[in-house]
Amino acid sequence: MKKILILTTALTGFAVSASAQELTVMSWGGAYGEAQTEAHVKPWSAATGFPAKMVDSDNPATPIKAMVEAGNVTIDVASIEYADAIRLCDEGMLEPIDIAALPAGADGTPAAEDFLAGAVTECAVSTDIWSNVYAYDTSKFTGEAPSTAADFFDLEKFPGKRGMRKGAKANLEMALMADGVPAAEVYSVLETPEGVDRAFAVMDKIKNDVVWWEAGAQPPQLLADGEVALTTAYNGRIFAAAVTEGKPFQTVFDGQVYEYEGFAIPKGAPNPELARQFIAFASTTQALADQAKWISYGPARKSSGPLVGLFQDGKTEMGPFMPTAAANLTNALPSSYEFWVDRDTELNERFNAWLAAN
Amino acid sequence: MALPVYASPLEKLWHYIYLVICALIFLFLIAPILIVIPLSFNAEPYFTFTEKMLTFDPSGYSLRWYDLLLTQPSLPTDVPRDAAWWGRVWTESAWVNAAKNSVIIGVFATVVATVLGTIAALGLSRPEMPYRRLIMAILISPMIVPIIITATGLFFFYSSPCALIGWTGLSQYCGRLTSSYVGVVLAHATLGIPFVIITVTATLIGFDQSLNRAAASLGAPPTTTFFKVTMPLILPGVISGALFAFVTSFDEVVVVLFVAAHDQQTIPRQMWNGIREQISPAILAVATILVVISIALLATLEILRRRSERLRGVTPH
Amino acid sequence: MADISAPAAALTTSDGRPLRAALASAQQRAKRRAFLLVLPLLAFIVITFIVPIGQLMHQAIYNPGFSDNMPRLTQWFADTPPGTAPDEAAWEALALDLRDASEAKTIGTVGTRVNYDLSGTRSLFTSTARKAARFEPPYREAVLAADDKWADPVLWSTMRQVSDAYSLNFFLAALDMTRDVEGRVVAMPEDRQIYVSLFLKTFLLAGLITLTCLVLGFPVAHLLATLPMRWSNLLMILVLLPFWTSLLVRTTSWMVLLQQQGVVNNTLVAAGVVAEEGRLELIYNQIGTIIAMTHILLPFMILPLYSVMRPIPPSYVRAARSLGATSWTAFRRVYLPQTLPGVGAGALLVFILAVGYYITPALVGGASGQLISNLIAFHMQDSLNWSLAAALAGLLLGAVLLLYWVYDRLVGIDNMKLG
Repeated sequence: MKKILILTTALTGFAVSASAQELTVMSWGGAYGEAQTEAHVKPWSAATGFPAKMVDSDNPATPIKAMVEAGNVTIDVASIEYADAIRLCDEGMLEPIDIAALPAGADGTPAAEDFLAGAVTECAVSTDIWSNVYAYDTSKFTGEAPSTAADFFDLEKFPGKRGMRKGAKANLEMALMADGVPAAEVYSVLETPEGVDRAFAVMDKIKNDVVWWEAGAQPPQLLADGEVALTTAYNGRIFAAAVTEGKPFQTVFDGQVYEYEGFAIPKGAPNPELARQFIAFASTTQALADQAKWISYGPARKSSGPLVGLFQDGKTEMGPFMPTAAANLTNALPSSYEFWVDRDTELNERFNAWLAAN
Repeated sequence: MALPVYASPLEKLWHYIYLVICALIFLFLIAPILIVIPLSFNAEPYFTFTEKMLTFDPSGYSLRWYDLLLTQPSLPTDVPRDAAWWGRVWTESAWVNAAKNSVIIGVFATVVATVLGTIAALGLSRPEMPYRRLIMAILISPMIVPIIITATGLFFFYSSPCALIGWTGLSQYCGRLTSSYVGVVLAHATLGIPFVIITVTATLIGFDQSLNRAAASLGAPPTTTFFKVTMPLILPGVISGALFAFVTSFDEVVVVLFVAAHDQQTIPRQMWNGIREQISPAILAVATILVVISIALLATLEILRRRSERLRGVTPH
Repeated sequence: MADISAPAAALTTSDGRPLRAALASAQQRAKRRAFLLVLPLLAFIVITFIVPIGQLMHQAIYNPGFSDNMPRLTQWFADTPPGTAPDEAAWEALALDLRDASEAKTIGTVGTRVNYDLSGTRSLFTSTARKAARFEPPYREAVLAADDKWADPVLWSTMRQVSDAYSLNFFLAALDMTRDVEGRVVAMPEDRQIYVSLFLKTFLLAGLITLTCLVLGFPVAHLLATLPMRWSNLLMILVLLPFWTSLLVRTTSWMVLLQQQGVVNNTLVAAGVVAEEGRLELIYNQIGTIIAMTHILLPFMILPLYSVMRPIPPSYVRAARSLGATSWTAFRRVYLPQTLPGVGAGALLVFILAVGYYITPALVGGASGQLISNLIAFHMQDSLNWSLAAALAGLLLGAVLLLYWVYDRLVGIDNMKLG
């Protein structure tokens, strides 16, 4: 009995020592996770003295939901997509965030006006704008190169395996744009059952040649390994692989679907106060501009814009690589959270049934 | 396996074909395990043999991936490797921390599985044991039930371990077992128990029960009999059961994925993350280390087997 | 026994008790002592293994997502017989429940629960609930003004079904079935039938892997069994090393070997067997799953085969030969029948393990090489339809336990060998 006691004491000792005040941030891993680590997590830890660590997920919104439902939240801050932030907030899975508690811009503008329209919601603070694009390996296409959304779904013109994110969001929109639907009408088409069928019909054309990815770090790897010829990707990942590793990857912004990404606090987070401090720290004018030094995502504050300059290598101009650069917006679609908040579950279910059917 | 003298030429031919086939199957078994070893010393971030490697050019080989294991996620690489640096490796390196977790969890799980499993095996191998078959089936079932089912069940159970006795009012004193070392240890012990049961009962089959009776008739109390007579004889079985239990825990990832938090990151889980995102050759370096460990374990087991055979008077043919 | 116990009165122990009773009580004591040794472990396994799986099965038939958060409407369903058209009381219950659920932020849970049984309805709940705070009597008109889909009788019959927290609907869904308006069990629409075919595929792939393991394992086991012990012990290491090597290591190795720029493809290209553009797709599909799983499960086939083949005396085959049998006949009629227990044991074990495999298909299976375990994990971690995951797990568990029972009948669990 005594031995058992010692054993349990020893084991609970581990459990206790692990739950000391430490901030845990969950993000998407890879180049993006690294950017947030360098621009936010490390400086915060250095400034406050609290230890902080970064953990990876394919999409942090999913584990948040599972954690809150199982009553077992182990993270303090998560980086999630805009529509997910609103949906999870609606479902009571996130802590509310007070916009007034956020720091004013560097020029003194209050946070409520400094952030881009809608960037701060009831439960989340957007940090950047990122985009779903597709990319290809330039060494694979010596003649004509893919340049439009339609090219991605055209196996005859551009043969080869495709990589796509395993999920409905952004894929359906891109499929419709490839099918000739103007960006402005995509969501009104997608609201009808026929529109959804149409989007799936476009994806049917390449279904047998698709390698589905889940983690954002996979698409550049799939391209580099030659497993796919073209792949959809988060634009920053392709940028990072192309610039830091010198890979011959070309991004196609035609038919891109861009959206906010931001920090939120799951309900029942172990250290909510630290989490709030961290979010305030990581959403200052300078912090947002710093992040853009590491990855090609546009900052969500107006005052951060002018501070964005060179990539951390000190020579690459970031401007043209941002999803919001004028040249990249010719055929681009802002992702509609109103659409996805209500339909995410249904369309993903449909997507998975479609995927499983042979 | 020599051919009989009366074998026809056709039979001789078939015999050699058969040997070649067997050699190929052995190659299939062993090549994938050995191939990672040279590749883990690749100087380039590729998973194939570069030209320099094939010509045994030393510059084609490097220890950079092993170095990466020490420095991930964020240790400086360009500083002198002094004591302070190694201190930081010990506390900050993701892989070193994962290894520490794996060992802690593995050792505790092995102790629980081996102690409970050995005692139960003693009972199971007594001829008087009631419902032997049914109980044996239950105790072995963790090995048979698909791991995803076990992990899912534990995920629900650990969220509120006292839900079933909620009517007693005691459940308020129960915490959660998710995200705790205790939870992972208990789960891994459960998964290791079938191996302990199987190996220890197998040793006990050849065990002469009259030795126990002899000890008892000479006045030894049961505990003395156990430690002085039974234990030395079944020890090889117990140790190999314990090794199996440890390896089971050391290699387990699904339960960890479902019930553990990031504080309980183990080597397999770290590998799982690494493989899913992008297999950097660092994974191959880990794999190589694990292969070396399994070779060591296998050697231990072989020595034990020989010792056991010698003790029990079984001579090799 | 009978003739000893007949003159029972005569035989007594030294303290005067009848011998029969003394023996029986000694036997009882021995039984109890043996059982007490096993008891701690049995209790441990029941708590850490049997109870959690029981809880999982409970999850498959119990989902209070609707009944907990829509109390008024649940009560109305309980008070009225099935098929009752919604009256104003029902509409009022709906409107007030929607309003409360919206405030309590539980409307997503409610919508998700209904959506499981009637796809495409979650958005109806969430979007209507957002307007529910402004609903005024008469509620029927108010709700229908928000969205006229609420008039659909199918929706009402579905809500009636899900208002009962206990239901077998998730098991039905796991078998590609659903209930119609009248509550009859019918097949799912064609394009949503995925689980039965996935179960079949899992069994088919497991069978194929078992067969490959048998084909590869039989000659090796035979060689090991017929070589002198010194040699076979040495070669046995080649079988045991994979057995002792981490599963993730072996899976990683196969990824390294089989990928497009991997060792196998590079060798084939260098040897001129395949063209640079024609590199084989060996991984992230069913082929990858089959190759890697065959490799991982092969030792589980070889070991039982070996332990059956080793004691077979070579003289039997020699006798058959001397009686005029050809070597093939001698093998087929004399040797093979004696190995069947080993074949049965190995094949069943490999099949049981293969059916529940998760890690290897998840890593090397791509889209087409996924097994039922992967879908259970998907519903646990991604779609978060835990009840469906539990129902699928229940079906898989049933199949595995059935096979386990067969294994115990045919082979006996005590005969399981581990190296």
